[in-house]
Amino acid sequence: MGLPFAYIARNIARRRLTTALTAGGMALVVYVFATVLMLAAGLEATLVATGQPDNVVVIRRASQTEVQSGVDRTQAGVVESLPDIAVGGEGQKLVSKEVVVLINLPKRESGKASNVVIRGVMPVGVELRPQVKLVEGRMFRPGTAEVIAGRSIASRFQGAGLGETLRFASADWTVVGIFDAGRTGFDSEIWGDSEQMMQAFRRLAFSALVLRLADTERFDAVKQEIESDPRLTLEAKRETRFYADQSEMLSKFISYLGTTISVIFSVGAVIGAMITMYASVASRTAEIGTLRALGFSRTAILVAFLLEALLLGAIGGIVGLVAASFMQALAISTTNFQTFAELAFTFKLTPRIVVASLVFALAMGFVGGFLPAARAARLKIVDALRAA
Amino acid sequence: MLLSRLVAKNAFRHKLRTALTVLGIVVAITAFGLLRTIVDAWYAGANASSSARLVTRSAVSLVFSLPLTYAQKIRQVDGVKGVSWANWFGGVYISERNFFPQFAVDAATYLDIYPEFVLPAAERKAFVTDRKGAVVGRKLAEQYGWKVGDTIPLRGTIYSGNWNFTLRGIYDADKGVDQSTMYFHWEYLNESIRKLYPRRADQAGVFVVQLKDPAQAAEVSAAIDAMFKNSLAETLTETEKAFQLSFVAMTEAILLAIQAVSFVVIVIIMAVMANTMAMTARERGSEYATLKALGFSGGFVARLILAESLGIALAGGSVAILLTVPIARAFADQMGTLFPIFFVSEETMLFQAIAALGVGLVAAAFPMWRTASVRIVDGLRAVA
Repeated sequence: MGLPFAYIARNIARRRLTTALTAGGMALVVYVFATVLMLAAGLEATLVATGQPDNVVVIRRASQTEVQSGVDRTQAGVVESLPDIAVGGEGQKLVSKEVVVLINLPKRESGKASNVVIRGVMPVGVELRPQVKLVEGRMFRPGTAEVIAGRSIASRFQGAGLGETLRFASADWTVVGIFDAGRTGFDSEIWGDSEQMMQAFRRLAFSALVLRLADTERFDAVKQEIESDPRLTLEAKRETRFYADQSEMLSKFISYLGTTISVIFSVGAVIGAMITMYASVASRTAEIGTLRALGFSRTAILVAFLLEALLLGAIGGIVGLVAASFMQALAISTTNFQTFAELAFTFKLTPRIVVASLVFALAMGFVGGFLPAARAARLKIVDALRAA
Repeated sequence: MLLSRLVAKNAFRHKLRTALTVLGIVVAITAFGLLRTIVDAWYAGANASSSARLVTRSAVSLVFSLPLTYAQKIRQVDGVKGVSWANWFGGVYISERNFFPQFAVDAATYLDIYPEFVLPAAERKAFVTDRKGAVVGRKLAEQYGWKVGDTIPLRGTIYSGNWNFTLRGIYDADKGVDQSTMYFHWEYLNESIRKLYPRRADQAGVFVVQLKDPAQAAEVSAAIDAMFKNSLAETLTETEKAFQLSFVAMTEAILLAIQAVSFVVIVIIMAVMANTMAMTARERGSEYATLKALGFSGGFVARLILAESLGIALAGGSVAILLTVPIARAFADQMGTLFPIFFVSEETMLFQAIAALGVGLVAAAFPMWRTASVRIVDGLRAVA
């Protein structure tokens, strides 16, 4: 027979200061653990959502990013003539030849500069990204020095707000619209007309081609065709894959660092739980003796103390998770190591993280409570009763 | 005398509890030290920079290069002692996992401007005269087991193709200077570019400008930028330190997070230690009341608790400080060239000591106040 749960819960409630301090320590560990996982999840979600599954990105072989890539007009023409490309409503092929460069812009608050992606797109390029929606102002007119800025760039960088002007490539560019790309990587970009950008930056080659497949199943065949064509030194990737690859290094870095830190921190919290539970056993020695004399088994005592420790862990875990969930309101922006460009993303709480954090908290409670519980269970009835 | 003996006896009454608390403090203070060292490593490039050097880059952003002809013009600016230039190569050694920086530099002038790279005269000569030669830092050479004479193959990302370099020298430097970088001849890169993409030839990524007098940094920077104002490739010149700090600023968010987390661990251990002291004081409530009944003042009893708390915290803190150095070294070896400069600074050790002291003080505060102010009768009546 087991001890009633109310008995266990009351023990925790009786020593308020100790319970608060121990559970508080664990809550902080869980908070750090959950926050870091949320950050990595948010980063991945942002970049994965950036790509469309039936879009294909074509860049120069081995160039890894659009900024490093170069696709000249002849090569672009070859790719454009592929039969598998989808055709839009007005009969035009759904291919956008784009120029992607980085410019150094100062931030509004700190004045510190960071690299921002400028993307020259063709009108069809906007059609290829249905998640991009203008929320303020209007679209840029092709052939003019007009640009539209992503939401998170507009708010954070000097000169990128609606109606303001940016100076780069020896010209002044007016921001005529703000677009929302639904929390994807495009929110951290500035878009303008592709040909206009080519002239301004004096480039002869595009950076990348983005195309929509008529039949997404044909991707492997198209990839094969592009990569085996001796005239082309290009490679093709699904847009989803392309952006997921770009988040890989940063999200790995964040989750490795975060998990290592959490594990080290958890040692401190486990020790805290252990101290508390040992004290709880010591102060109740006579009580344990009485319970044993009444007929409760060693297992019942072990389970009771383990449950007490698990309850401590659960309190810590829930408090930590609740605190971490508030972080979802915060956006963070940093330079992605791989693209060398600014990227804004948010903390994202996924069900997997909730489960992982609670398991982590319970594990801390279990590890901290096991030895003290074992000591309580091993006590001899006579000795325990005499201790009073 | 009596006080210290009493404190020692008290501290070791619950051997297990004291040992666990000390262990917790060791873990926390060590983690705190390591996190601070990681933050320091981020700033290492900026700290190692010389005030006698300026960096000139394209005003648009670092991905745009500048015409090589600028070198001549910059050299003529008053206050400039020497000019060199470098291009970021961004090659991949075998696989993407093996990241280390590579620069194509104008060999002779570059080594003159960076005297902190110590290269034996014979190796320097061999490097300067071999068009396909390269030099690497000691740490990088050790990581991949390279010896002088080895061939280093790189796959280009910005400059496509496969590139082979012959290692001609291994440089040494102070521990604060990056020893994980590879330098090779800009000439070699440029010749190959000229064949492949003629339009991209004769371009430098950045110019490094050596000053005659560091005090003139501001005027010289302004003079250089004014010279190229309204040209096709405008420049931005800043001190080497500002240039390095601009990289740090880009990842500031991550840096702030690590700093914040390093304080969280101190708060966690404060909670654990405060719990220990609170339990200890509660259990000894009647003893402390007895001491007070014997005529010892409340302050004396409070000092007993404070001394015990500080003793435990500082014991843990000192072990942690001693442990941090070897752990940091092991961590740096594991990380390889990701953190080229990684060592525990004296400042970090000082902060660790302060943190330990703080934990001891905070943990003792509440029990001290309670014990000193509790009435003797209540204390005697209390059961643990």
